Amino acid sequence: MSSYNWAPGFIDDGDRAQIVTSRFQYEDGHTLDRYLATGGYAGLKAALARTPTQVHEEVKAATLLGRGGAGFPAGTKWGLCPEGKWPRYLVVNGDESEPGTYKDRLLMERDPHQLIEGCLITCYAVGLSQCFLYVRGEMALAQERVAAALNEAYAAGYIGRNILGSKFSVDIVLHWGAGAYVVGEETALIESLEGNRGMPRLKPPFFPAAIGLYGKPTIVNNVETLANLPWLLTHSAAEYMAIGTPTSPGTRMIAVSGHVRRPGVFEIINGTTTFRDLLYGDEFCQGIRDDNELKAFVPGGGSAPWFLPDQLDLPFEAKLVGAAGSMLGSGAVMVMDETTDIPVAALTLARFYAHESCGKCVPCREGATWLERIMERLVDGHGTENDLDQLLEIGQTICPGPFPHAASERLGLAAVPFPFKMTTICFVGPSAYTPVHSAVTLFRSEFEARIVKRKLIPVSIGASDE
Amino acid sequence: MTRLNDANQVLAREIIGRYPKARSATIPLLHVAQQQNGYITQEAIAHIAELVGATSAEVLGTCTFYEMFKMHPVGKYLINICTTMSCALMGAEQLVTHAEQRLGIKAGGTTPDGLFTLERVECQAACTEAPCLQANYRYRYRVNAAQLDQFLDDLAEGQLDAEIPAHGVVARVRQSIPVDRAVSVVAPDDVHEAPVWMPLSGTTA
Repeated sequence: MSSYNWAPGFIDDGDRAQIVTSRFQYEDGHTLDRYLATGGYAGLKAALARTPTQVHEEVKAATLLGRGGAGFPAGTKWGLCPEGKWPRYLVVNGDESEPGTYKDRLLMERDPHQLIEGCLITCYAVGLSQCFLYVRGEMALAQERVAAALNEAYAAGYIGRNILGSKFSVDIVLHWGAGAYVVGEETALIESLEGNRGMPRLKPPFFPAAIGLYGKPTIVNNVETLANLPWLLTHSAAEYMAIGTPTSPGTRMIAVSGHVRRPGVFEIINGTTTFRDLLYGDEFCQGIRDDNELKAFVPGGGSAPWFLPDQLDLPFEAKLVGAAGSMLGSGAVMVMDETTDIPVAALTLARFYAHESCGKCVPCREGATWLERIMERLVDGHGTENDLDQLLEIGQTICPGPFPHAASERLGLAAVPFPFKMTTICFVGPSAYTPVHSAVTLFRSEFEARIVKRKLIPVSIGASDE
Repeated sequence: MTRLNDANQVLAREIIGRYPKARSATIPLLHVAQQQNGYITQEAIAHIAELVGATSAEVLGTCTFYEMFKMHPVGKYLINICTTMSCALMGAEQLVTHAEQRLGIKAGGTTPDGLFTLERVECQAACTEAPCLQANYRYRYRVNAAQLDQFLDDLAEGQLDAEIPAHGVVARVRQSIPVDRAVSVVAPDDVHEAPVWMPLSGTTA
């Protein structure tokens, strides 16, 4: 265990490969002294000894998957910048706010230099002339730790003009958010960084690499993605690929919360670790609290369709989880035991998305609020028999067609695979529908039990027929 | 004085200088204004608009989009209890009810002495330590009713002043870029060439 009072949550029991959390064992892991004493900035030096193209090729060869939610390979994303168009910028997405997720906060609080080094390697490889590190506003300690680390790294010559005596020069600017979930979407993040309301931009272009910050090519990468780079450069793509599976190499940070015996944030082996390992394994969560039965779990943050005990043996492998009807998303598992009131649990998420809808797309702005209101009256016992179908009908306006959900032996239900069609610009709209759809599809009887059946009493007006 | 004071104007100019376009400093400057006054005043909005070259309406539009900016005075301590799924599964609603009774206000309200504002908030990224709360964005983890009472007492008595600053102050450590290390910031449209360390063709892999 390596948790401190100021940063509980992380658990490193077991003997697994560690890529991004190796310095979490030190209480002073956030300082430059500790960072340098444990191999810090060796990845930057290794990068500077090669050409930018060679560094880019190495990252491509490693198939480093983005850790923000979409899982797009970072090396491929970097390659989407149009040739000959300058300047190019790097925007670091540290606006972590997906329900259930917290790994970026720990990475920023406990090893900020690792993130800074990852930013520098990226800027060097892709020719990015300035980096903006966007940290979620509510994370005061992370902001302080990143600011202190930047100040140290500037003074020591790792950031700024002619880094380590080379031709490579880049500024890293710490930027504060101010509380808005949708800003985690990369085009909304750019809008916010330009000083505007954080509303996603119309697509296409589908990637800011073409038109991003100030209309210029921009790479947006998640904190955890970048934190992998120092290790990757001091080791190799081959060594990285040797961990996990070929399609999901390396490790992932996963936060498991809710009704488990030992909730925590773990760095797991990608691709091979199963949900059963994670929820019941000795080195992980050690089972459901009070020896209760598992009822359901959210496998990839609040936006992911729910899984049942039927899906426990699936590994953390995007394709398999997608085929089973959900997604790995941002690396957050929320666990519900047999005592959970499903409609109430789903309502907490419905409320979240209704509140966080930015209001740009009508299906999300109106739909998310309707979903919340109907869920509220169902939970309060004022629901009608029509309400459940109404919820699904509203969902169809946000996501027309079949909507992904898990298979259930109990219900005789086959899985509908990920993804879905959507009528909104970004994923907030579909995310608002997801918990409602999962709860109603997999636990319909719990909603029906709350609906007070009102009998229609025949009323006769005027003269009686008799 | 509800515009930015002299020291904060110097700070504001330093922050603006880091961005290729001044407008990008809007949110950081709103934080500076909130740190100075505890909330965002109309005068501060007008002042920031002057500094970043926007209209007051544009800055107000940005300001009202974000949860952390308060357009009216709030308590010295903003008590934010998370009620999203992971915390809700571990009893967050009971904690909110307890806090409401203890403080004699509903969530969203401020105590008459101006000490506490209570808010029901969304995921604060401490889900394994549920239920969690933040006081002026400083965490308290796995909080039960008795601990909440003790915590509120300690805050009221000023025992936690060293750890938890008054509302408005978020980070107490600021970035400061040394002049001799800084790369000069160029307007985006004035850059046409690849950076000097890139291969001449400007291509990437």
